[in-house]
Amino acid sequence: MKAYGTLLLATCSAILTTQFSTAAHAQAPLSAIGKSEGDLNVVAWEGYADDAWVKPFEEKTGCKVHRKYVGSSDEMVALTRMGGGKGFDVVSASGDASLRLIFGKTVQPVNTALIPAFDDIMPELKAPGFNTVKDVHYGVSYEWGPNVLMWNTKDITTAPTSWSIIYDKAYAGVITVPDNPIQIADAALYLSHTKPELGITDPYELTQPQMDAVVALLKEQRALVKKYWALASDEVDLFKSGDAHVGAAWPYQANTLRAAGVPVQDTIPTEGATGWADSWMISAHAQHPNCAYLWINHVMTPKVQAQQALSFGETPANTKACAEMDALQPGSCKQYHADASPAYFSSIKFWKTPVRQCGNGQNTCLDYSAWQRAWQQVKQ
Amino acid sequence: MTQGRKLLGHIALLVPPFGWLGVFYLGSLSVLLLSAFWQVDAMSGEIVRDWTLDNFRILFSDTTYSIIARRTTGIALLVTVTDIILAWPLAWVIARKVGPRLKLTLLVLVALPLWSSMLARIYAWRLILGHDGVLNWGLRLVGLPDQNVAFTNIALWIVFSYLWLPFMLMPMVAALERIPASLLDAAGDQGATPWQVFRTVVFPLAIPGMAAGSVFTFAVTQGDYVAPMLVGGAGSEFIGNVVYSNVGVSGNVPFAAAFSLVLLGMVAAYMLLARRFGAFDAQ
Repeated sequence: MKAYGTLLLATCSAILTTQFSTAAHAQAPLSAIGKSEGDLNVVAWEGYADDAWVKPFEEKTGCKVHRKYVGSSDEMVALTRMGGGKGFDVVSASGDASLRLIFGKTVQPVNTALIPAFDDIMPELKAPGFNTVKDVHYGVSYEWGPNVLMWNTKDITTAPTSWSIIYDKAYAGVITVPDNPIQIADAALYLSHTKPELGITDPYELTQPQMDAVVALLKEQRALVKKYWALASDEVDLFKSGDAHVGAAWPYQANTLRAAGVPVQDTIPTEGATGWADSWMISAHAQHPNCAYLWINHVMTPKVQAQQALSFGETPANTKACAEMDALQPGSCKQYHADASPAYFSSIKFWKTPVRQCGNGQNTCLDYSAWQRAWQQVKQ
Repeated sequence: MTQGRKLLGHIALLVPPFGWLGVFYLGSLSVLLLSAFWQVDAMSGEIVRDWTLDNFRILFSDTTYSIIARRTTGIALLVTVTDIILAWPLAWVIARKVGPRLKLTLLVLVALPLWSSMLARIYAWRLILGHDGVLNWGLRLVGLPDQNVAFTNIALWIVFSYLWLPFMLMPMVAALERIPASLLDAAGDQGATPWQVFRTVVFPLAIPGMAAGSVFTFAVTQGDYVAPMLVGGAGSEFIGNVVYSNVGVSGNVPFAAAFSLVLLGMVAAYMLLARRFGAFDAQ
């Protein structure tokens, strides 16, 4: 009896301790990289912690990498917040998640003096608004790329050039799009071309009437969608099984499917594309800060930057990666625009967190919680 | 003295289960109840502990959520009816038509799928129903057109009916076994037709078994989110999926808690109804 009472007390106090310890103070950034702690917990996009560069890292540094993959920025934010931020050391956050992580005090400032490759990062990405706030760097820009239109060339023989195909009734039941509120921006970008009278200038800054129009379009699309994909591997399965013939994708799925022998092609349609710019960020409660810095330095080397770019189908932030890319796959530097980045860079509408303030100084735009509700209405 | 000892012994026996239930079950339920009246800051993701009914206001004013609740309940009902119809003949055979050895064999066969992972079985259905799956392969063999069943509510209905059938079958076997043979004989002696025997004797006596089975088929289907995620398509969201995405994706625990409470209420109401039909009467 007494033993059980003690047990109960112990359990209660254990619960309370974990509750309080989550409120522990954030660490200050490292001033020098010390000895490896032996472990590194990584939260990353699928395809961002590939054995091709994880294995050499583990051998070189002695940091054992533990990976958790996510399929959306929301999932990434939710995962990093679990356990008070102690469950991960580094995260590969996209521009629509990074600010939420900074303002939620989930990540800590980065000491860029400890990152030799920092000087080689393309100028646009050294201190972009999505990872640098008031001149404090909270992340190191990693890679970036466009969301593409992907189709099975056996089922759709004429190459589509417009996003209109994923809203076209002729393809009812074979369309797949991401299960992600930020997908609203893709529809907004499309409407900014087909319905200019709506006045959409930035697909992430939508007023209520503009959102209503976008939701109406997306609700029509729902009837045509086979499945909303949550993980990149879901979409790969859908194309493999023949359940989907066309959809919104990342270049990563197209590369994976081609490697598996599925005849797919991908393109940036004439309306342009949304895209991502990712940064590696360090947890405010990182248990292995040395390994975290060692990891960032490893993945920022031109070699890994090139490997990552080719395996995912994106563009490296490190300007020195171009030669490495061509060495791995001749012509790939040009193919992924790693040489002429500034013009191409400005053509992509990068993911960002929708906020109430519109770019024009007004406060009539919808914030991200409104986007999440709208997306639920679309999916029903 | 011995009386007092005995009482103490009883209390000692009850403390661990009640302690467990109190801390982990009721404790988490009350946290759920409380957080349903809180909100979350969209930018920082922190929970704002101000009392508000906003979560419930959104739930009841936005038709999206009533559509999802109706779909969840509708499919759960459909699955229950399907499982009752499917279970009847087999339950009757197992309970009254076969010898003890064959009965045991049949019962083991019914329970066999439960020994493998539910996820694996749901994935198996994806392979069966997929566009290039077993179903369409079979249809092509006999010259019939392809069916697009995968990732639809029909797929969901099939998979749920498959998953919970054993849970409907077992209580029905138990209920049918308990019907005294003398009642059937008496009905026959009085000149009742087989249909009349079924309608007036067997069916009413099997109601508690069906009610007990429906607790699984209906209540568990209502709370599920895995099957809709894996075999459902666009427009297959269940209440569980909204809860899941609010916790695991949006990080909006208060809203998830509010919808969970609504679900809890619906399941509780169903349990009360099932109890009226004798689902929980130990016999």
